[in-house]
Amino acid sequence: MNRIAQALVRRLAGMAIVLAIVATVVFLIVRVTPGDPAAVMLGSDATPEDIAQLREKLGLNAPLVVQYGQFLWGLLHGDLGQSIFLNQSVGQALLSRAEPTFFLTLFAILIATAIALPVGVLSAVKRGTLFDQIVVTVTMVAASVPSFWLGLVLIQIFAVQMGWFPASGYGGPDTPFGARLHHLILPAITLGVVNSALITRFTRAAMLDVLGDDYIRTARAKGAGEGRVVLKHALRNAMVPIITVIGLSVAMLVAGAVVTESVFGLPGVGNLVVSAVLRRDYPVIQGTLLAAAAIYVLINFIVDMLYVVADPRVKL
Amino acid sequence: MTQAPILPAPILSVEHLTTSFRAGSGWRAVIRDIGFQVHAGETVAIVGESGSGKSVTALSAMRLLPRDTARIQGRIALNGRDLLTLPEPQMRAIRGGEIGMIFQEPMTSLNPVFTIGNQLAEAIVLHSDKSWTEAEAEAVRLLERVRIPAAKSRLHEYPHKFSGGMRQRVMIAMALACRPKLLIADEPTTALDVTIQAEILALIRALQAEENMAVLFITHDMGVVAEVADRTVVMFRGDMVETGPTARIFASPEKPYTRALLAAIPRLGSMGDSPGPRRFPDVDAATGRITEGRALPPPDTTHAAPVVSVQNLSVRFDVPNGRVHAVENVSFDLHPGETLALVGESGCGKSTTGRAILRLQQATEDSIVINGRNIEDMHGAHLRDMRRHAQMIFQDPFASLNPRIPVGKAILEPILSHRVLPRDKARARVETLLHQVGLPPEVAGRYPHEFSGGQRQRISIARALALDPSFIVADEAVSALDVSVKAQVANLLMDLQAEHGLAYLFISHDMSVVERISHRVAVMYFGEIVEIGPRAEIFGNPQHPYTRRLIEAVPIPDPARRGTRPHVAQEQVRSPIRPLDYILPKREYRTVSPGHYVQTGGVFGT
Repeated sequence: MNRIAQALVRRLAGMAIVLAIVATVVFLIVRVTPGDPAAVMLGSDATPEDIAQLREKLGLNAPLVVQYGQFLWGLLHGDLGQSIFLNQSVGQALLSRAEPTFFLTLFAILIATAIALPVGVLSAVKRGTLFDQIVVTVTMVAASVPSFWLGLVLIQIFAVQMGWFPASGYGGPDTPFGARLHHLILPAITLGVVNSALITRFTRAAMLDVLGDDYIRTARAKGAGEGRVVLKHALRNAMVPIITVIGLSVAMLVAGAVVTESVFGLPGVGNLVVSAVLRRDYPVIQGTLLAAAAIYVLINFIVDMLYVVADPRVKL
Repeated sequence: MTQAPILPAPILSVEHLTTSFRAGSGWRAVIRDIGFQVHAGETVAIVGESGSGKSVTALSAMRLLPRDTARIQGRIALNGRDLLTLPEPQMRAIRGGEIGMIFQEPMTSLNPVFTIGNQLAEAIVLHSDKSWTEAEAEAVRLLERVRIPAAKSRLHEYPHKFSGGMRQRVMIAMALACRPKLLIADEPTTALDVTIQAEILALIRALQAEENMAVLFITHDMGVVAEVADRTVVMFRGDMVETGPTARIFASPEKPYTRALLAAIPRLGSMGDSPGPRRFPDVDAATGRITEGRALPPPDTTHAAPVVSVQNLSVRFDVPNGRVHAVENVSFDLHPGETLALVGESGCGKSTTGRAILRLQQATEDSIVINGRNIEDMHGAHLRDMRRHAQMIFQDPFASLNPRIPVGKAILEPILSHRVLPRDKARARVETLLHQVGLPPEVAGRYPHEFSGGQRQRISIARALALDPSFIVADEAVSALDVSVKAQVANLLMDLQAEHGLAYLFISHDMSVVERISHRVAVMYFGEIVEIGPRAEIFGNPQHPYTRRLIEAVPIPDPARRGTRPHVAQEQVRSPIRPLDYILPKREYRTVSPGHYVQTGGVFGT
């Protein structure tokens, strides 16, 4: 138990270091990109004096080191800073936009996995059959379809023509929760289908690999039926690569939120970061990028923990 | 076929069995017209080299071949019931129920993500109406039956915590879980050390006697056949060559192939007083005529400086909970034209020693002198130069050649990268090398997968010879090869040595090959050399108890001498991990005769 605790502490320390590095990189990237929030804020007919005054007020004239120190000091206290444009703290801005992003990612990955696992397993078991060939072809095509294109097609069919789902938007805080989620169905299906392609291919490959192993022959030799051989003996062994690719997909979904939320007009974190970049809202850019990095690191951590659960040979 | 009419009905009866695999649009028969019977309490061995179809025969009986790419014709009957026409659900009841099967690779045949208790209980639950709890209790009894110590506490451990021998015991327990009438053992001891092999064979025999079980034993090892089989089926390239009582097959083989197979077996104790190595007999496969191998002269080591001189080599690895002393205090000299065999069981440090000498593995402490130069502080160009003179041949001819490089290029590469010869001359050199290892020059453009295992090992040897080395580490270089091929490759190594004055460090667990090929033998146990001396001394007058045990455990390919050997005591597996502050005690060596030293004290038996 002690060893496990030690390993966990080591992992968490490692994650903290990664995040510290990310924070520094984010801080610098924001400041080396051209553009001045004060100039953007005041519009095109502002005088240089006005701009300088506003810069002073926003603390942008302080030396870079001082700004960096303030940023880190705030981070240590859980304070991501104050948005320049939004009249909100960065933390509040993130939280208020987290809901659609979170549920969209969750639904998308659930849909993707629900499609990919059975199809991938079946495709491996029925290797070389017509079904398998169709799966291989369709997943190859699907993996190359851009999600925004599929999104637009689905909007055209199911929202515009059928009218089953809203074409875009999410509804404000007054909209009932269920109705808000209703807005997410089309986007979730879009992302789920696109992401299922990759997971299906990995599942198929992992299962094919495992089905040729000696212990599968042992399982058959002791009289286990095909269902038991595939679902108990093979799938559990194939789980490690499958978990990996699911984790990767979640990370890609988070990163892809920028595009998805533009297409479906969702007021999520992706949307927040786009508008922050356009307005040079430094604290918000920093905060969202850092949050994305934290989620990425967390997903990796969860995936590693799942390895330990899936395979007794993996040590923390 | 000879069949005594008085025998009761056989448990397994195979008639006119032909199994074909799909090849392109047609079918290609891999075994043809096989027929034999196995009776209760009897052991029948199917013996043959790789590709002979012995495993396909077993898998056909279990109907474990893929149905869409394999076609089984003929009749396979278990207690009179035809297995080939049985519907799949009933066949499942037979598998693991009436026929138990164990496989060659204990390391990979157990599912790594389930506890052994789970896998054993599953076998029981599948064929009985016992509950899972009852099945687990039964699993403990099974583990005790196959003599696994502390069975109850090990039930919830995963396979990777068990050694190869222990895993094979678990496999046996699983195969016997439902008291099958027939046990099919497919090369069950091939991947195991000789002493473990002896234990597993004894265990199968004991359990067979308890249950009066029929055993179908598949092996390539004639020594094992002589040890276990009442009757033997000899297979060659899918055909049944010869069948009959084992004693008769060994005493008067009728077919040339059987004679060739028997002649090729390395037999322990066949060397007599010959001081040097002796070639294996050459066998004409067509006629079965045997030309006895000639003895090779011992090298003159009196005034030549050693090619390699190893002093106090130690390799230690730090692991999370201690330190592994992989090699401790190993010292020896090796002279030109001489073969020193390094023998011992897996994990004893023999391969690590070989790798450390070539600096493929960093030694903790050492003083290694190759061709008069200390390699300890060699770097860059000097190290490269050393590698010209010291080469290595690996065990696995399938894995040690790059599949995407034509073999000629693989041999050419070291010549060009060391700039020994200009390109045009180097190509001629490749042809000479291929000729030396017995391959025609036109094979140079082919890729490794186009060759058999023995041919690939010849290519590896050609590659090792490319730089005209004076010293070669051969790490289990013939272990993965079929008997007849093994003899040929060993002969090749001996011929090349006689011709070029090569010095070999011959790392092997195969005592009978070692006896043939080596001038001197060093026995390693737990990282230390426990006995070293001239070959005749080590085999004729072994002093260390471990050396004696190693020699005794080798199966003797003579059915007449079955059961005359002393029983090999089972030893608990000891952990090689020691505390970080552990200091190995100073070892003393006793001189038995000139050049023959044996360790006194030490870890063995303590």
